[in-house]
Amino acid sequence: MKTIAIKNLCKSFGAVDVLKDVTFEVPAGECFGLVGESGSGKSTTLLCASMLISSWTGSITIGSRSLKDMPPMERCRALQMVFQDPYGSLHPRQSIRTTLAEPIRIHKLGDMEDRLAKSMEDVGLPHAFLDRYPHQLSGGQRQRVAIARALILEPSVLLLDEPTSALDVSVQAEILNLLQRLRAEKGFTYLMVSHDLAVVDHMCERFAVMQSGEITEILGRDTLLQNGATHPYARQLIEASLAYEQGICPNRQNLKPMNPVLRAPGFFLPRA
Amino acid sequence: MPLQDDPPILDVEKLNVHYRGAPTAAVRDVSFKLGKERLGIVGESGSGKSTVGRALLKLLPTADISARSLSFKGQNLLACREKQMLGIRGKKISMILQDPKYSLNPIRRCGDQIAEAYLTHFKCSRAQAKARALEMLEAVQIRSPERVYKMYPHEVSGGMGQRIMIAMMLLTEPDMVIADEPTSALDVTVRLQVLEILDRLVREKGIGLIMISHDLNLVRNFCDRVLIMYAGQVLESLRAEDLDQAQHPYTQGLLAAQPRIGGARTALPVLQRRDEWLQGSSVSA
Repeated sequence: MKTIAIKNLCKSFGAVDVLKDVTFEVPAGECFGLVGESGSGKSTTLLCASMLISSWTGSITIGSRSLKDMPPMERCRALQMVFQDPYGSLHPRQSIRTTLAEPIRIHKLGDMEDRLAKSMEDVGLPHAFLDRYPHQLSGGQRQRVAIARALILEPSVLLLDEPTSALDVSVQAEILNLLQRLRAEKGFTYLMVSHDLAVVDHMCERFAVMQSGEITEILGRDTLLQNGATHPYARQLIEASLAYEQGICPNRQNLKPMNPVLRAPGFFLPRA
Repeated sequence: MPLQDDPPILDVEKLNVHYRGAPTAAVRDVSFKLGKERLGIVGESGSGKSTVGRALLKLLPTADISARSLSFKGQNLLACREKQMLGIRGKKISMILQDPKYSLNPIRRCGDQIAEAYLTHFKCSRAQAKARALEMLEAVQIRSPERVYKMYPHEVSGGMGQRIMIAMMLLTEPDMVIADEPTSALDVTVRLQVLEILDRLVREKGIGLIMISHDLNLVRNFCDRVLIMYAGQVLESLRAEDLDQAQHPYTQGLLAAQPRIGGARTALPVLQRRDEWLQGSSVSA
């Protein structure tokens, strides 16, 4: 199993710098979280790491190999990605069998049937589901298929882009358990984007807090409960998440007092 | 039962919604009363919670709605014709939808859309409507209302978009607001801010609020009472602060399946669904 190291990763879209010098390293077998508000560059980091965005500067290495030097075939065997929306990331007109068989065919791996059966078993789906289409599956089952597709080439690094944010809590628990079990069994390295700190605490040993394209702080999960962050933004984010979970609202004092005229009943009705 | 003794704003008894062509009803025998309070409806996707919200406004052209009683301030909503409903929707009962990106008109300025809500329901001049819209933008804590008034929906952030929606929906001073997943598209920090604003306006104006959500933390923090829905039925009705003492195995299962900060990090208990949950009848609340 391999380490993924990202060094001085920069990316700009036109005049906007969306990633500024992102640097971190995930040792083999660790689950590393990326958190931050929308637009902070978490997903862009994953897109760069998977080469779905290719024009970045800096270096990304997997094991000892630089990502940019890898031919696509080798890269796909080294890392795979699971996307956020299980409704959008499977081809609606391809059966699960076709979806899962495609990578095996491209990489000329052979033992097609065995591999398909094995991957379905890994993600806890019945073998008969191979002949279904995505619309015949529930959201959780689709996400399992998306995970099976990522696993079928036996990569060492999995990039997870909010893998459970489109799912209900009950289904989220199943998918998180599945991801935990697969990591324990096969020793994957996970790089996981999430906006839910409870999920990050559950899954990841360490996590980075991102804001406007920069990593503000890298924290261990044990710092969460006491809010051990030092950067103001990271502190604020953790505080808000803790408050949300425990039901205390820290922002109450920060709200401007409401204009008393506005508060009067009937204010919005037409005045005489 | 509502927490206060005032006559309820909304009284729903044995509401059934059946999408035409579907083998079973999407909502079965749902009964509840709503006073000047905040009522949460939680459940998984497909449990019928959004369908209940839409049925109250008769926004389901492809479904058959029936109920023993569906009365809003003494008025029978089921008997209302479409023309009467137009006077109720947006004026007496308004609805805040999930994603401001899709529910605001992309080619009209935000401010004009807010003012339109006012112009539709009250006789006034455009200048008056604009003045009210600006005041409302201020009430939802937007710092420079004049600037935001002139912006298009693609120019505003998600949190600001949702505050614009709230401004639009509360401008007509409705008696009741239905918020359908109002913050699930927002970040945690922004989410709290938006909820605080909604919460305060609803409380200060004495509006009845129905908060539809799949997020147990949200309803625990921002509602007075909670209805738990599963497969179109209400399984349990609880005070929000008693959510942790829920009796029904389904509610307990949902609560246990949720990861927590500082939790055990062991495998999460997975919900075991049982058929007998479907057999019982809806709890009335």
